[in-house]
Amino acid sequence: MDTLVARYTHPAFESEGYSSADDQQAAQDLAPPSLSLNFALPPIASTASWLRAMTDDHSNPNCPIKIAHGTTTLAFRFKGGIIVATDSRATAGNWIASQTVKKVIEINSHLLGTMAGGAADCQYWLAYLGMQCRLHELRHKRRISVAAASKILANLVYSYKGMGLSMGTMCAGVTPTEGPALYYIDSDGTRLSGNLFCVGSGQTFAYGVLDAEYSYDMEDEVALELGRRSILAATHRDAYSGGFINLYHVKEEGWLLGNEAHEGRVLKRLGEAGGDVWSSVACAMDQHQHRERMG
Amino acid sequence: MSNPFSINGGACVAMAGKNCVAIACDLRLGLQALTVSNNFPKIFPYGSSTYLGLTGLATDVSTVSELFRYKVNMYRLREERDISPQTFAHLVSSSLYEKRFGPWFVGPVVAGINEKSGEPFICGYVYSSSQDVYVKLTCLANDSFDSIGCIDYAKDFIVSGTASDQLFGTCEGLWEPDLEPEDLFETISQALLNAVDRDALSGWGAHVYVIEKDKVTKRLLKGRQD
Repeated sequence: MDTLVARYTHPAFESEGYSSADDQQAAQDLAPPSLSLNFALPPIASTASWLRAMTDDHSNPNCPIKIAHGTTTLAFRFKGGIIVATDSRATAGNWIASQTVKKVIEINSHLLGTMAGGAADCQYWLAYLGMQCRLHELRHKRRISVAAASKILANLVYSYKGMGLSMGTMCAGVTPTEGPALYYIDSDGTRLSGNLFCVGSGQTFAYGVLDAEYSYDMEDEVALELGRRSILAATHRDAYSGGFINLYHVKEEGWLLGNEAHEGRVLKRLGEAGGDVWSSVACAMDQHQHRERMG
Repeated sequence: MSNPFSINGGACVAMAGKNCVAIACDLRLGLQALTVSNNFPKIFPYGSSTYLGLTGLATDVSTVSELFRYKVNMYRLREERDISPQTFAHLVSSSLYEKRFGPWFVGPVVAGINEKSGEPFICGYVYSSSQDVYVKLTCLANDSFDSIGCIDYAKDFIVSGTASDQLFGTCEGLWEPDLEPEDLFETISQALLNAVDRDALSGWGAHVYVIEKDKVTKRLLKGRQD
């Protein structure tokens, strides 16, 4: 620990200027991390095609490795910051492995990452990104920009391109230089900045609601409700999305937990208020009460 | 996911109790991940106390249910009486075997009470390989297995559909002998609801029938809509 502290409190960095090129530099500054190059590889000629053969559910439903897929995540920028919302279901094939997954990773007090695709890939590499962001903070005595953070991840996954990583993530954060910033990064190496993204098997359903209702000038409450409704639509129609809705609001002061609402509760409330498509929809709450009466 | 049994999703379960039986199904109709409808019941009546549950490929579920409606109507005209669950089970069996070389992609479940003896009756159909041995050996799980008519009699419960693994678990855990109609209803409802909550392709509500000697109670269950 002492050696670590000594290493990162070295005065040599104090003389460093913070030019605008810093951010581009940042990604290059970080030498290829040692732990990322030490994965054991299977003793076969083509890692990529082997992994595909073992994991591709579509071409071979009997594939021996079932990667946890299936998600709906969304994030959008608006005048009050960024809303990030996700469902909480993890599936392996048709098996619902969990209904209580946290798909938002809190990288630091001002930066969030979302998980879609391989659960392990996302969890590992976003945790790794968190580590790199902290190191950047120690080296440069200021928080990393969202642009630089997302580029660390994009460069990282690009270096593994073709080896079967499966992730679709969003990085959302607010920094003094950029303001609210939102990036989409996937395991193909794509890195895009934008106002609005939905990722995962339920993305189309979420886009449907979000595109119809979105406006940059929304109030905070309206924006939170829109995030919630978009995920709700996706959990209803997409078999591989469901569970709870996790909501975050990223502001200048940092992110806030928007609300954790039970799927059933939201359905019921919307049904009562709107009398629209949801009113015909039964809700999980009643069922839970029913079960409690039984137990 | 080219397995015809798991394109549309769905689950069905039957249970025997004391002088009663129950049969229940979910309501989902999907196209792989996309949920198209949450009002697609999979249980069909064939007489006053004979019921058939059908899971699997939705087009076959509809067609086969209509086919049996025709066959049972013809039976009723000839015999001038309702078909018994036992006879109906054999009608299903031979109808399935009729399609030995191009099977229906359905998993049938029969439940009813024999009106003469008052005996509860439930049965399912064993999945057999309808393909050659080589195919059988190179496929894992029950992918190349179809229902082609071997009757599976049971004194406790019968399960079918994409949540059948989960249903086996909940039924083994909850079922006990000689349940009264009300307790049988709670048992089958909890077994189904909790099983489909662990299956991505079934759920979205349920229908439950409790069949007694001269009374049938149909109940609609609300379920998670995700």
